[in-house]
Amino acid sequence: MADLIWRRLAQMVLIMASASLLLFAIFDTEQFRKQIAVAELGGFGAAALSEGDYQAWIAKKGLDAPFVERYLSWAGNMLQGDMGFSMEKNTEVAGLIASRLHATGTLAFYFFLLMVPISLTLGVIAGMREGSWIDRAISIAAVTTTSIPQIATAVLLTVFLSLGLGWFSAKSSAIGPITFAELALPVLTLLIYDVGYVTRMTRAAMVEVMSSHYIRTAVLKGLPRATVIWRHALRNALIVPVTLIFLQLNWLLSHIVVVEVFFQYSGFGRMLYEAAIYGDIEVVQAATMVAVIVAVLSQLLSDIAYILLNPRLRVAR
Amino acid sequence: MNSPLPAALPPAVLPGWRRPEPLTVVLLLLAFVWLSLSTYVMVPDRLGVAHRWLLLPAIPAVIAVHVLLLRMFSRSTVAVVGITMVMLWILVAAAAPYLPLLDPNRPVAPYQMPFTTKNGMTFWLGTDMRGRDILSRTLWGSQRVLVWGITATFSAYVVGAFLGLVAGYLGGWWDEALSFLGNMVLSFPVMILLILVLNYLGQSGFNIIIAVTCSSAPAIMRIVRGLAMDARGRDYIQAAQTRGESVVWIMLIEILPNVRGPLIVDACLRLGYTTVMITTLTFLGLGLQPPDPDWGLMIKEAASSALLWKFAYMIIVPSIAVSTLILGFNLLADGLRELSQKD
Repeated sequence: MADLIWRRLAQMVLIMASASLLLFAIFDTEQFRKQIAVAELGGFGAAALSEGDYQAWIAKKGLDAPFVERYLSWAGNMLQGDMGFSMEKNTEVAGLIASRLHATGTLAFYFFLLMVPISLTLGVIAGMREGSWIDRAISIAAVTTTSIPQIATAVLLTVFLSLGLGWFSAKSSAIGPITFAELALPVLTLLIYDVGYVTRMTRAAMVEVMSSHYIRTAVLKGLPRATVIWRHALRNALIVPVTLIFLQLNWLLSHIVVVEVFFQYSGFGRMLYEAAIYGDIEVVQAATMVAVIVAVLSQLLSDIAYILLNPRLRVAR
Repeated sequence: MNSPLPAALPPAVLPGWRRPEPLTVVLLLLAFVWLSLSTYVMVPDRLGVAHRWLLLPAIPAVIAVHVLLLRMFSRSTVAVVGITMVMLWILVAAAAPYLPLLDPNRPVAPYQMPFTTKNGMTFWLGTDMRGRDILSRTLWGSQRVLVWGITATFSAYVVGAFLGLVAGYLGGWWDEALSFLGNMVLSFPVMILLILVLNYLGQSGFNIIIAVTCSSAPAIMRIVRGLAMDARGRDYIQAAQTRGESVVWIMLIEILPNVRGPLIVDACLRLGYTTVMITTLTFLGLGLQPPDPDWGLMIKEAASSALLWKFAYMIIVPSIAVSTLILGFNLLADGLRELSQKD
């Protein structure tokens, strides 16, 4: 078991190293170097620069060093927490990312707090009796909510709950203390899609377990239905959904962008999007690296959870 | 007394084409519809007079595909509903130039509510903040989302399936290297990868195809790899190897058609994802560019300038349009999966 985990860890480090190399190489072109010059000296200052002055500026910034040397110093700085400077926001990238991650973390916390119990309960109830009316109702609802893109959900929720009924604010800037009215719509938007998805997966796992031989044996032995479900079925049926829940962190990082942009929530996703549009290269690099680290860690956690929960792997030597 | 024996049929030139399978006919017709639609949308300027009549033959083709699919999958209600939703939008896309609609890009009268009549023109779904007819923009918008969505998914499938076949069938170092590359790309969250690629390449429909291929191909590769590894040990592949068939022939002609079942289901799901991605990217201003009508663009424009209860119809209409298309793809995938489990 420890062997499996060590192997996954080594793989993870290798993947992060190559992802960072790729990320550094993408932004290491003449076009992006000019963009940095424009951002630092201003458009007018960069345009007034003669070719010689431009070369001198590049030498001063250390941009003429060999690729490997620059990559290593960039990666070293990243490891030490020095992520560069944001030209657009005029602040250290590390502090900026920390504050934005805090805002997004609040969103993610309430999202997971609601998503996990709701979707596991719905999935188990639906999967307990395959084909019953309650299973059909939950399945149809789950397909429908996973088919509405986040952007459409955000629109419909804003129109009805905010513009129509006036319960929540239509935009949530998340500047200052975060209130319930601000959080409600972004969290709901994320929930509506993802609860459907996790419910479907939980239901599939539950259906598979309920049709297995050992459950039939338990039922035929005359055990009460509650015991069969709580003691026998759930322990095996929840292995896959639990590992899936860790992977939702990865999913969240991707889908948070559009939700934050739509609601103008000052979080991590919106920061990355704005930096990409503005050409704030150091922010894009640092934020993408953070996202990759979180994504890879969530995959690792999911794998470890699977190894720990699955008795076949846990006991295997 | 003996009646003459019926004359023996001459051997078929292409065996199997005398009575082609319905699936083959459907795929050929769909390829025809897709070719005419994408020519119409992607290179409108080079066609001259033909541009006007290009889509007319596609309309009966769409109807024929719909009828064939309904007959093939009539056993699953879910699949029938899904097929109908998707094919209706494809029909609208093909028929849009011949419907009595207002010009989708011409400003007429801004902020008209639905069902108003002005100067002899009825705006069934109202007009947007620049005075363009929303009904017309929604129907025309189906063209762009379908053309770019299907083309991008197709391209991702070509790349992903080929890499998956190489990794799964050849195995060894090919597998190690390709799987590592795939895992590396998959470690980037999808939307962030798309933003990076589009920011690097610039914003256009063709770059969307590249970006979607980058983000979807590794996942497709994983699925095809698993299927190819399973097929490698089967008897028919060993027979093909004994016959001395080439590696490429075995991968493309022997393995690929035999694993089509799970791939078709996955392709339907992925068409839905791609539609979501393109709409989202357009909403973020990274995808298709104005002024031509597109659902993501309609949401973007209305969400920034008409976010009021009174004008909510401007964003609700395109939201519902894109949701029905994606729901159609998902129901189709569900129905096909259900049918494959019944058999």
